[in-house]
Amino acid sequence: MTKQQELIPHLFRTEYRKIVSVLYRHFGFDQIEIAEDIAGDTFLTAAESWGLKGIPQNPTAWLYHVAKNKAKNYLNRSSIYENKIIPELQKNDLSVYQKEIDLSPQNINNSQLQMMFAICHPSISEEAQIGLSLRILCGFGIEEIADAFLTNKETINKRLFRAKEKLREEKIKIELPSESEIDGRLEAVLRTIYLLFNEGYYSVSQNKTLRKDLCFDAMRLCSMLIENEFTNRPQVNALLSLMCFHASRFDARFDEKGEAILYDDQDTALWDSDLISKGGYFLNRSASGNKISKYHLEAAIAYWHTKKEDTNEKWENILQLYNQLLQIEYSPIAALNRTYALSKANSKEEAIIEAEKLNLNDNHFYFTLLGELYRGIDDNKAKQNFDKAFSLAKTQTDKQTIQKKIDSLLL
Amino acid sequence: MKEFLFVYRNDFSALPNITKEEAQKNTKKWMDWMGSIAAQNKLSNKGNRLTTTGRVLRANNKVTDGPYSEIKESIGGYSIVKVDSYEEAVELAKGCPVLSLGGNVEIREIDQL
Repeated sequence: MTKQQELIPHLFRTEYRKIVSVLYRHFGFDQIEIAEDIAGDTFLTAAESWGLKGIPQNPTAWLYHVAKNKAKNYLNRSSIYENKIIPELQKNDLSVYQKEIDLSPQNINNSQLQMMFAICHPSISEEAQIGLSLRILCGFGIEEIADAFLTNKETINKRLFRAKEKLREEKIKIELPSESEIDGRLEAVLRTIYLLFNEGYYSVSQNKTLRKDLCFDAMRLCSMLIENEFTNRPQVNALLSLMCFHASRFDARFDEKGEAILYDDQDTALWDSDLISKGGYFLNRSASGNKISKYHLEAAIAYWHTKKEDTNEKWENILQLYNQLLQIEYSPIAALNRTYALSKANSKEEAIIEAEKLNLNDNHFYFTLLGELYRGIDDNKAKQNFDKAFSLAKTQTDKQTIQKKIDSLLL
Repeated sequence: MKEFLFVYRNDFSALPNITKEEAQKNTKKWMDWMGSIAAQNKLSNKGNRLTTTGRVLRANNKVTDGPYSEIKESIGGYSIVKVDSYEEAVELAKGCPVLSLGGNVEIREIDQL
C-alpha cells in the first residue's frame, strides 16, 4: 500500500468531522447536505491531486485550505446565497456569513461542541442521536455504522436522513445551551456518549478494531467537554473516569480467537495501567459540587473492579454503590449486578432470596446469575438455571459462555 | 401501578445507646433494604429521614414545639413505593429494619390528585 492510500483514510477519520462541523455551523442544518458534499469533495480532490503531485507538506492544512475555497466558491456562485442568505442576512445576524470560514483549532473545537449539543437535542430520538454522532462527530462511514449496529447501509441511510429532517423541522440551532440549561442538556449529551461507548464495548460485531475506535471516540468527545471550561462539570469527569476504567480491560476481554474472557478469568497483566490511573485522575476531579450523578456511582464501581482481589471491603463498597445507583435509576443489569455484589458482601443464601424477587424472566443474565448463586448450594438447581439461560441467550458468544458454566458443574 | 407511602414510626427515645459499629450495621441494613426495593424497580422515592425536632401550628396561629421524640410512635422517616396492591406493599415492608428495633411501618395508598 502506498503512503497516500494509508494517509487519506486516516485523515478522513480525524479531519472530516472537524471540517464538517465547522461547515455545518456555517451553513446551518437547512443545508446540511451541502456541508457534507463540500467536506466529501475535499477528500476526493485530495485523492486525485495527491496521486498526481504527491502528498503536500502539511496535508491537514491543505485539506482545510481546499475546504475553505470550495465553501467560498459555493457561496459565491450559489443562487441560494442570493435568494435566501442575503435576505436572511438583512434581518439577522450579519456576522455569521460575512466571516471567512474559520478552521482554527479553537473554532473547530467550538463547532464540534456546539454540534454535540445540537445532535443530542431532546427532540431527536436516541437511536438517531447515536447515528448522527457516529457520522458527524466521529466521522464514521455509513458502512461502518451499519457494521456496528449489525444492520445494512440502507437502514442507516434512512435513519440518518430522518434524523436530519428532524433537525431541520425543529429548527435546532447549532449553539451551546445557556448557563441555566447546561446541566439538563448535558445529561442527553453524556447519555449519548455513554451509549456510543457501550455500543463499542458490548457490541456483538466481530470487528474488534471498529469496536475499539467507537470506545475511544466516545472518550475523545467526553474529553472535549472537559477541555471546555463551560462544560467541564463534575459528572462529565465522572463519565470519562468510568470509560477509562472500562477501556483499561479492553484487550483482556477477548482471547486470540475473539472469544470473550470473563472478568474472573482475565489476565490482569493485560489491563492497561495508564488508563486505570487516568480513570483515577478524573474520578478525583469529579469529586466536586454536591450532586452525585449515576456516572459518579458507576465510575466508583468501575474503580473497585480495577482491584482484582476479592475482599469484603471491595464487595461491600460495590454493593452500597449499586444500592444508591438503583435509587437514582433502575436498570435490569444494575439490579443483577447488585444481587451478585450482595452474594459476595453478605451471603449467597441472602442473594438467592433477593434474586428470586427480581423476576427478570426473559433475561438470560438473570438465569446465569441464579445458576452462579446456586452453584455449590444446589448444583441441580444451578444446572436448571444455566439451561434456561442457554435457551434464552441469542448470540453465539453468550451461549458459549453459558455452556462453559454448565460443563464446569459436571466436572 | 399504584403508589404507597411508607411511614416509619418508632419510640426513638426508648432506643438504647448504640456503639458506632452498631450504628453502621444499622445503616447498612437500611441501605440494603432500600436497595432491594429499588432492585425490584418498586421504589418511587426513597424519601427522607426526619429530625427529632418539630413544630405544630394550630388555628389562631398557636405554635407548639412538637414533642416528637418523646411520644411513643414518632415518625422517623418516609418513602414511597410503587406496586399494584396493599398485599405487595405489605410484602415489601416486611424487611424494613425499623421492625427489628420495635418500630412499625404504616402503609398508606396515595390517592393521586
